[in-house]
Amino acid sequence: MRHWIEKQRYIIDFTLSSLLRRKVKNIGLLALYTLIVFILASTMFFTYSIKKEASLILKDSPEIVVQKIVAGRHDLFPVNYIDTIKKIRGVASVESRLWGYYYDSLVGANYTLLTPPRNGSFTDTGKSTAKTTVVDSESTDNAKPLFELNGAVLEPGTLIIGNGIARLRAIGTGDYMPFLAFDGNVLNFKIAGVLSSQSELVSSDLMLINEEDFRKLFGIDNSYVTDVTVAVNNPGEIAMVASKIKKRLPQARPIIRDEILRTYDSIFNWRGGMMIVIFSAAVLAFVIFAWDKASGLSAGERREIGILKAVGWETSDVIQMKFWEGAIISLTAFFTGVILAYIHVFFTGSIVFEPALKGWSSLYPNFKLTPFINLEQLTTLFFLTVVPYTVATIVPIWRAATIDPDSAMRFTGE
Amino acid sequence: MYLGKMSTIEFEGFISTEIMRNSSLFFIYITSGIVLLSLLLVHASVSESARQVNLEEKAALVKILKLTDLCLFTEARYTRNLSQADLNTAFQDHPLSLEHFPSGSFTQPPQRTGERP
Repeated sequence: MRHWIEKQRYIIDFTLSSLLRRKVKNIGLLALYTLIVFILASTMFFTYSIKKEASLILKDSPEIVVQKIVAGRHDLFPVNYIDTIKKIRGVASVESRLWGYYYDSLVGANYTLLTPPRNGSFTDTGKSTAKTTVVDSESTDNAKPLFELNGAVLEPGTLIIGNGIARLRAIGTGDYMPFLAFDGNVLNFKIAGVLSSQSELVSSDLMLINEEDFRKLFGIDNSYVTDVTVAVNNPGEIAMVASKIKKRLPQARPIIRDEILRTYDSIFNWRGGMMIVIFSAAVLAFVIFAWDKASGLSAGERREIGILKAVGWETSDVIQMKFWEGAIISLTAFFTGVILAYIHVFFTGSIVFEPALKGWSSLYPNFKLTPFINLEQLTTLFFLTVVPYTVATIVPIWRAATIDPDSAMRFTGE
Repeated sequence: MYLGKMSTIEFEGFISTEIMRNSSLFFIYITSGIVLLSLLLVHASVSESARQVNLEEKAALVKILKLTDLCLFTEARYTRNLSQADLNTAFQDHPLSLEHFPSGSFTQPPQRTGERP
């Protein structure tokens, strides 16, 4: 065994010396290979982590959201539809939502304005004290306590803003923010609180606003809301209740929780435009590698094999040498690429992907992904990158290693 | 079998204080790669438990505010709330107006259940 190990070490010594003789070519190859592994690993870590995080965060999103569609567009939802939905068997409660977008021309950003439930409160420790049985607009009771964030009460004329907005506008609690209302009037809102930076992945562009202020800002009548959420008694009947809503209200478009979760399961899917470009580039690079290796050896390499055989190397020794050559390059590229990808995604906030992810938006959340990685991902990556290259290195060597050393050395062109 | 001149000084161990063999350097690199990768896996596992509170905070915010989407792309209304987007987002503004926001290249239309329109 010791003899075998020593022999392998001598072969590795020789292989490395041989690789270093063609320094420029092999360092270039290694850099390119590392880059491919880095891109593939970064993509894999980023997409898996964001999908996993989305599934954990959105697991308590509304069971059914019902919108009204007019001419293929999302329209305001009449409050009197709520009674129709309540009468459907299996429906536990129906709550209205008031939300919309506001374009801030000063910074070119879109904000999401949302009215929170009147008797809810939230603290940054992750414990909500929400009571989720209220808020049909028709039964709005002004005596109910207002929404609270860490003790800051959302009173009329105030806002609670997401951390992304606070960062973009350089404002904070106690500052005022002007808004241009639907009728041309300017409304000034005082900022009552800022949502934590830890929750930016869901709240970066969020503005929590009082219901009366929301209606005043957008000119929405009391008989309309944006959409409604429906809670169902038996979770197994969600799809059934959704189809009943569609039958009773043909203009309605029910969206069930499962669809919300599947939307984020299919995001960054390999079929997406940008992802297919990344994967195609990686596959193409591997095809070029494999083609280069499989199409035969250079004259220099053939001569080297000829000389080695002439001085006593056996075919198996030559194949072992080439195996180590493939393994050295691919293992070095694999470890470097994967470690750099981890640092890139989980320590630098995917700095390479950031410009593409930001797109045209001026408000982008600052978030640190939870590193959801496991051995299975690393094994998949290993078999996708290391194995094909190592195999592609060995196959053409078999032919070359079996040729006559004399004829190999006589070949002089390179 | 002749293996050529590997190094001027040969040692029993992998590491020499004077001259290190190429194979020793390679094994040191691979071993440190494995150790570093294992440490990163440990880091991932530790961070996952440490960030549990943060995940719960976000989940609680989603529950109380009845949110439906992540704030990933704020450039257009149909990319901000992907699951709530119109069914015809690719032709948002006009039948010939194809998707033009960069985030559209990361996303796909929400998948529908078979039994519903």
